[in-house]
Amino acid sequence: MAFNSIKENRFKHPRIGKYLRQDILPTTFCPGCGCGTVLNCFVKAVEELELAPEKLVFVTGIGCSAWIPSPYFKGDTLHTTHGRSLAFATGVKVMRPDLKVIVIAGDGDIAGIGGNHLIHAARRNIDISVFMVNNRNYGMTGGQVSPTTPFGVFTATTPYRNTEQPLQAGEVVAAAGANYVSRWTTYHVFPLVKAVKEALGVKGFSFVEIISQCPVSYGKMIKMRKASDFLKLYRDKSVRMAQAKNMTEEELKGKIIVGKLQERDRAEFVTGLRRINEELQSELSD
Amino acid sequence: MVEIDEDLCKGCEICSDFCPKGVLGLSDVINKKGYYLPKTVKKNKCTGCRLCELMCPELAILISKK
Amino acid sequence: MQVVRINVPGISNINLKKIKESKVDFRKTHLKEIENSTHFLLGDEAAAYGALYAGCNFFAGYPITPASEIAEVLARELPRVNGYFVQMEDEIASISAIIGAAWAGGKAMTATSGPGFSLMQENIGYAIMTETPCVIINVQRSGPSTGQATKPAQGDVLQARWGTHGDHEIIAISPSSVQETFFLTIEAFNLSEKYRTPVILLMDGEIAHLRENIIFPSLEEVSVLERRIGEAGSFAFGGEMVPPMSMFGQGRFLHVTGSTHEPNGMRDVSSQSVHQELVTRLYDKIKNARGEISRVEEDYVSGSRIGVLSYGAAARPAKGAVLKARAQGKAVDFLRLISIWPFPVEAVKNFIGRVDKIFVPEMNLGQISREVERFSAKPVIPVSKIGGMIHTVDEILEQINGI
Repeated sequence: MAFNSIKENRFKHPRIGKYLRQDILPTTFCPGCGCGTVLNCFVKAVEELELAPEKLVFVTGIGCSAWIPSPYFKGDTLHTTHGRSLAFATGVKVMRPDLKVIVIAGDGDIAGIGGNHLIHAARRNIDISVFMVNNRNYGMTGGQVSPTTPFGVFTATTPYRNTEQPLQAGEVVAAAGANYVSRWTTYHVFPLVKAVKEALGVKGFSFVEIISQCPVSYGKMIKMRKASDFLKLYRDKSVRMAQAKNMTEEELKGKIIVGKLQERDRAEFVTGLRRINEELQSELSD
Repeated sequence: MVEIDEDLCKGCEICSDFCPKGVLGLSDVINKKGYYLPKTVKKNKCTGCRLCELMCPELAILISKK
Repeated sequence: MQVVRINVPGISNINLKKIKESKVDFRKTHLKEIENSTHFLLGDEAAAYGALYAGCNFFAGYPITPASEIAEVLARELPRVNGYFVQMEDEIASISAIIGAAWAGGKAMTATSGPGFSLMQENIGYAIMTETPCVIINVQRSGPSTGQATKPAQGDVLQARWGTHGDHEIIAISPSSVQETFFLTIEAFNLSEKYRTPVILLMDGEIAHLRENIIFPSLEEVSVLERRIGEAGSFAFGGEMVPPMSMFGQGRFLHVTGSTHEPNGMRDVSSQSVHQELVTRLYDKIKNARGEISRVEEDYVSGSRIGVLSYGAAARPAKGAVLKARAQGKAVDFLRLISIWPFPVEAVKNFIGRVDKIFVPEMNLGQISREVERFSAKPVIPVSKIGGMIHTVDEILEQINGI
């Protein structure tokens, strides 16, 4: 029996039947998990852009956020090993630049173990869209500290307090060479949909960092169990880019800078590779 | 009109907490998975902004014109 | 002085009359220009050209001695055949990229040495679990760790078999000459497509950095197996012993995962039977095909009481020692393993049956000798040499003569 054989929409929302693998719904995400909101916003963006799912390839890693496309989004999916999505995605994109390659995974996967690959993919400015769902811990394994956990926080592996500073992934990726970087939270759903659309339309490396709630694992650690409480926190702690420019480092402590961090139009990696082949083909046929 | 997909809802209360008009509240109806479903408490206040529809982690809300 | 000829499977089919010595300038070479010519090349270069003949169109790698030359040749040659070369940020990224490229329809390869091979293990397991055809060249060098970075060894043989975690089978083949490296690279691609598995080409620094005469046949003379793509709706991960593959971009909404999965690719980690069915099929797919995959070179004489078994670079002085022993009147059998994994059990058992004592020269402290021991009630004597120097004929001969 071939999968995806269900034609009629079993659920109320038309986007479910159109874009998701219905047989396995509801999702295995915890109640109130931000991953679900990201999936929701992503699907809306795809619909508004009228992107054909046949032209999308999702490459994901290990962790709750990696489950956003795999298995829920009905599209070609490469669910890879922890941290390595960007490297796998590079191979896919070089061979099939006509397909839109999308990486969706978490902060631990992309900025922790995958940090090296993240920096180099951004440096190459390869035409891949990365959505890093940042829930500030390793949620799937029970709430351990991650490279984006705020300073001083109690987690399963920082039982006294976190003595490390968190990585500002968006800023690092911008410095490494990405054409597009923005950051939003799962509270800012409308700007997030817009950012997803912008990222998917970029030719070059696009990166959207999405601060997201983890009410069960991280929530247990920081004693915040309701998804809504996280979202209120994001609402209250967010500062738009334009405002942040006029704030001191002290004023920005504990704040989440949201908006577009970088937008430019540098040469894209695969285009450059292919140009060499074209030049050679014409040279050799002379 | 706010339609809730009962089989999908996980009772996270994001929709009822964030509706700008307070249209949704919690019902005492429990679905198959044991979650309390939201219900419309202020029907005429819905402006169709679709914030709840987009925030819902389960895509369990559909806003339709009625 | 006796010249030892290593018989190279594949070369007897070539019309040698067409071969001319070539003065081609490699900086301006198109693949068609090197057909039907001879050259004097490194083992590494032979591997790169073998890949091109096999239709390789994607290489991702990282510089490492003694494999860097493979990357350098392919960086130059792949764009000429409209293929792609990417130097990735590390070996883990390299193996990842070739797997991604394979699912996007590419024939992909990477090349490394011990330290890089160690890094790649996790994703070799991923390629096994997802049944991704790809070729991994390990040009073995002296280890462990950084070891003697520029010197050859054969110390990764058991790692090639068991380097990645979990129950799995693997195919690994090992050339003994520059010419054979060319053919076995093509063979590696063919095996990877036939069995939908990563294949390891176990080279060693000795052959990789050795220059020998090499014949390039015409492209038509070389048999290349193309990928078997299934019909729409077919299962990409079950249903047959070696299921036909699918690719991204065919509108099939393929789901490829390293987690335990059903025949349609969807993850299912809770079912004992799904896991058992998948993993035993992956195992059996290669184990049951051992007869077809096994490749050895048998050089037997009647009345032999002593056997010498070797592979890769060490097989050369080993064969030399065998010939010298025979010249001295001793009847010695010689078995050269060309496929290392799956271990050619039938050929080895037959070989053991013929003799009373087996010597296994290898450039490690006894890895294949252990495998031979498993099947032999007769004494198996490892003739180990480590430290980056290949055995001499006389060193092996002394062992044979019991000195």
